[in-house]
Amino acid sequence: MSLDKATVRKIGFLARLEIPEEDLEGLAHELNGILGWVEQLAQVDTEGVAPLASVSEMKLFWRKDEVTDGGMPEKVLANAPDAADGYFLVPKVVE
Amino acid sequence: MSYLIQGETGQWEVVIGLEVHAQVISNAKLFSGASTTFGADPNAQVAFLDCGMPGMLPVINAECIRQAVKTGLGLNAKINRRSVFDRKNYFYADLPLGYQISQFAHPIVGEGTIILDLKDGTSREVGIERLHLEIDAGKSLHDQHPTKSFIDLNRAGVALMEIVSKPDMRSPEEAGAYLKKLRAILRYLGTCDGNMEEGSMRADVNVSVRHPGEPLRTRCEIKNVNSVRFVMQAVEIEAMRHIEVYEAGGIIEQETRLFDSNKGETRPMRSKEFAHDYRYFPDPDLLPLEFSEEFVAEIQAGLPELPDAKKARFIGDYGLSPYDAGVLVAEKETAAYFEAAVEGHDAKAVANWVMGDLFAALNRTGKAITESPVAPENIGKLVDLIKDGTISGRIAKDVFEIMVETGGEPAKIVEEKGLKQVTDTGAIEKVVDEVIAANPEKAAEVKGGKEKLLGWFVGQAMKASQGKANPAILNEMIKKKLLG
Repeated sequence: MSLDKATVRKIGFLARLEIPEEDLEGLAHELNGILGWVEQLAQVDTEGVAPLASVSEMKLFWRKDEVTDGGMPEKVLANAPDAADGYFLVPKVVE
Repeated sequence: MSYLIQGETGQWEVVIGLEVHAQVISNAKLFSGASTTFGADPNAQVAFLDCGMPGMLPVINAECIRQAVKTGLGLNAKINRRSVFDRKNYFYADLPLGYQISQFAHPIVGEGTIILDLKDGTSREVGIERLHLEIDAGKSLHDQHPTKSFIDLNRAGVALMEIVSKPDMRSPEEAGAYLKKLRAILRYLGTCDGNMEEGSMRADVNVSVRHPGEPLRTRCEIKNVNSVRFVMQAVEIEAMRHIEVYEAGGIIEQETRLFDSNKGETRPMRSKEFAHDYRYFPDPDLLPLEFSEEFVAEIQAGLPELPDAKKARFIGDYGLSPYDAGVLVAEKETAAYFEAAVEGHDAKAVANWVMGDLFAALNRTGKAITESPVAPENIGKLVDLIKDGTISGRIAKDVFEIMVETGGEPAKIVEEKGLKQVTDTGAIEKVVDEVIAANPEKAAEVKGGKEKLLGWFVGQAMKASQGKANPAILNEMIKKKLLG
């Protein structure tokens, strides 16, 4: 698998990263390196081996349906760049 | 009954599939301990997980799993005892995690069916493709400020069931009937309150058209339609748009659109230029969701009677028509009211009073059936009073109106107002004699052969008895007196 500049630009857009045009080439090279490294795994024969969700011998923990959290709007908003009347304020997004 | 649209190039068939988002009834959110109550102060029901703070981990709410399984069983669907949560990645201001936790390749519920009850009394089966669990996003307010949107994350993280139908519907009516039936099933089950005004249930409508017999053509998805009526309108309008485009030689592109009920049109969403690329992958914070056969069996054993079974029972036990039974089971509160009213009384008569006079009175006063001023057992009693001849059907209407106003018991109202039907022939004869004596010319006309006037005499005598005379006796008496 090999990434071209257009694909890197798209990946950047999907991650909301602004990538300068002159950096695309270099990033493509770096990402290709990572992909190539991961692709080595494909050399292992996994025929008949079920996918593994986790290496820990754990089951998903289920919580009780009880209200144990929330009620702290001031903490939730503490890091907001802009807030008013208990709401986060963001640049207008309208469909 | 098929719904086909006549175009310039022939007849067009409409193909519809629905994706319904139903908010799960639970105290806490799907993966956090924050409350789900509607209408709280902004951001007062937000855990750090819900607002995407680093280092927070999701822990699944057992009740939401039970509710999803229960809903799957109610839709006669396959329950997948192993399912997987995935991340659906996209950026939006009301999605602080940058992804929605959802289920993609392995949903908790697989294929099922739902039976539509159509207006003409027929039924039709629609396939369910899948049901999966996912988290809701926050809510944006766009009208509070000229350049800012306000974000409230109280809804972020609340459990949703996305219920996807197969593209089995062929008319706006069927789409509407599907949404109504699904809502009824969810409300019977108690897994979603079905409140479309508060957004507990929202539908995405997929529409395409084709000439009958053709393979499927490109569909468009109309997002977030929030009432049965709007779903039906959106289908109709979108289908017409497709036909116009095709007949003008154009092509339909697969896209997401919005329905504007004020303008009566659909239009593309602006974000379509950022063609969605969700990059689903299994959420590394969550192990697969697994449960036992016993867990499912226990939920199955606790299922309530659902609309289809109740309808069949109303037809079988009470001798109601499929249409009447369908109307009575459509809302579980109506069905409960009818069952409380019918016990030991004439079922058809009770059904008629409930669907006729009671529905009309509730409509007029803007009340729900659960707030009915008329107690259900009083409907049964009223029906008995008519049946045993204590009051006539006409007087019963008056008694019913008093019941609506006062909430009184019918026998008491009849007693207090002196509305008992007069069956004493002596008393009726007296009234008849008076009416005839007061109208000698008309009486002569009847005797002279103008029998049409008999009805007029009946009306006058009934009026003179204040509606209380037994109609059969009165009719007989007038005939005898005037015609011999």
